[in-house]
Amino acid sequence: MLILNCPYCGVDAEETELAAGGEAHLKRFGPGSSDDEFHDYLFMRENPKGVHFERWRHANGCGKWFHAARCTQTLEVFGTYSAQTSEPPQAIKDAISARRPGWTWRDLS
Amino acid sequence: MRHYSAFAVAREALRYHTGWERAWRSPEPKKRYDVIIVGAGGHGLATAYYLGKNYGIQNVAVIEKGWLGGGNTGRNTTIIRSNYLQDPSAAIYEKARDLYENLSQELNYNVMFSPRGVMMLAQTQHEIRGYQRTAHANALQGVKTEWITPERVKKLVPIINIDGPRYPVLGALWQERGGTARHDAVAWGYARACSAMGMDIIQQCEVTGVRSENGRVVGVDTTKGAIDCDKLGIIVAGHSGQLAQMAGFRLPLEAIALQALVSEPIKPCMDVVVMANTVHGYMSQSDKGEMVIGGGTDGFNNYTQRGSFHHIEETVRALVETFPMISRLKMLRQWGGIVDMTGDRSPILSKTPLQGCFINGGWGTGGFKAIPGSGWGMAQLMATGHSSLTEAFTLDRFKEGRFIDESVAAGVAH
Repeated sequence: MLILNCPYCGVDAEETELAAGGEAHLKRFGPGSSDDEFHDYLFMRENPKGVHFERWRHANGCGKWFHAARCTQTLEVFGTYSAQTSEPPQAIKDAISARRPGWTWRDLS
Repeated sequence: MRHYSAFAVAREALRYHTGWERAWRSPEPKKRYDVIIVGAGGHGLATAYYLGKNYGIQNVAVIEKGWLGGGNTGRNTTIIRSNYLQDPSAAIYEKARDLYENLSQELNYNVMFSPRGVMMLAQTQHEIRGYQRTAHANALQGVKTEWITPERVKKLVPIINIDGPRYPVLGALWQERGGTARHDAVAWGYARACSAMGMDIIQQCEVTGVRSENGRVVGVDTTKGAIDCDKLGIIVAGHSGQLAQMAGFRLPLEAIALQALVSEPIKPCMDVVVMANTVHGYMSQSDKGEMVIGGGTDGFNNYTQRGSFHHIEETVRALVETFPMISRLKMLRQWGGIVDMTGDRSPILSKTPLQGCFINGGWGTGGFKAIPGSGWGMAQLMATGHSSLTEAFTLDRFKEGRFIDESVAAGVAH
């Protein structure tokens, strides 16, 4: 069972307490963007077998949104971090590098 | 290939069963094939089979990383139905259901197709309207389904509780010629027929790269060396994204674990397939007597082939309420498969940005029932460049806004 630490209330929340929110750090495209940009924004999700960044909500807890870095192949959790950021903090990236040297995700590595 | 028949069984009985052959060959790969199919699951093998049978393309290799039929083909709950809402879906699923009817005879391999009837329970007013709408749509599409009353439901499924306190059964969408089939046998039967046509099924051979020249596919790199081809079909379900990445394009798919479980075997008690979508559980009884139960998908991307435990609890809770007599049953085993989900919950059968490379994936939670129809349409697409069965399921439909929205009509909440 997946257990994530909520960075806001500090609780180690298990899966039934959480709601998955899909891919993290999406750049939103709306009016004025090209068809390709809008298409990619709506449908082209990262689908890695390995390191992935996601949004989660501590739904049956403090109710706050946060981010998680996770491995989709092993369910290993590398860390959770605040929702108030557009990319993962260096500490999270270092934690991933320690476990998965050479990892990439979009243009991060 | 030796023909299977009652006579063959009698003949082998007289000589201690020493004359049976292997059902398919396991050859080393050749240097070049006209068509390479990646993925020896039901869809891949069916595509290869219809390429050979309908279009005479028999210089074909089917490459499989693991073992034949070991992915979602061997992990589903074996349900076959075609009671979909949208026309393109109804067409391809009904083609598949229709082909299942005579598949055992055609392949000379018993796939144990059992058209026992599929019942989708309506347990809310909203579902009543939804299923009546589907029944009317099916009538126009030429798919035989009907709306039935709770009394008829009880008559068909005596073990059901139609007066449940929370969600009473208010009626059902009934497809009499839906049912189940032996999922492994579908893969094995197609594999045997493909092998008999001279096609090579290469197991335990992982594709590690897709080679192309001037925007056209020329072959694949594998753990058994490079193999050339004119056309490439990527039919790998959960790992479509990885293969697409090798081929240099992206797919609007996300991989998620879906799980199923079976109970200990009991005496025959239910001879139809029942799907209760509001409470999210579906159940049928296998020929061995096990109750085969389908669970829910996880809410997040993963490749673990396990699934989250709490989904089992939710599914079993829903089914115990609907079928009180199963409350004392022990569950025998549980497993998961990786399903590839698209934005509109309909599959992708399409050409790709790489010339000569075709994709068949995104079947999500409902691929098994479509195997023969998917193979039929995909073979036509790969051989001729166009198929009326697959034309609505193109990759560019997301950009053009031509969705085939089955996320409501597909039955279970995804």
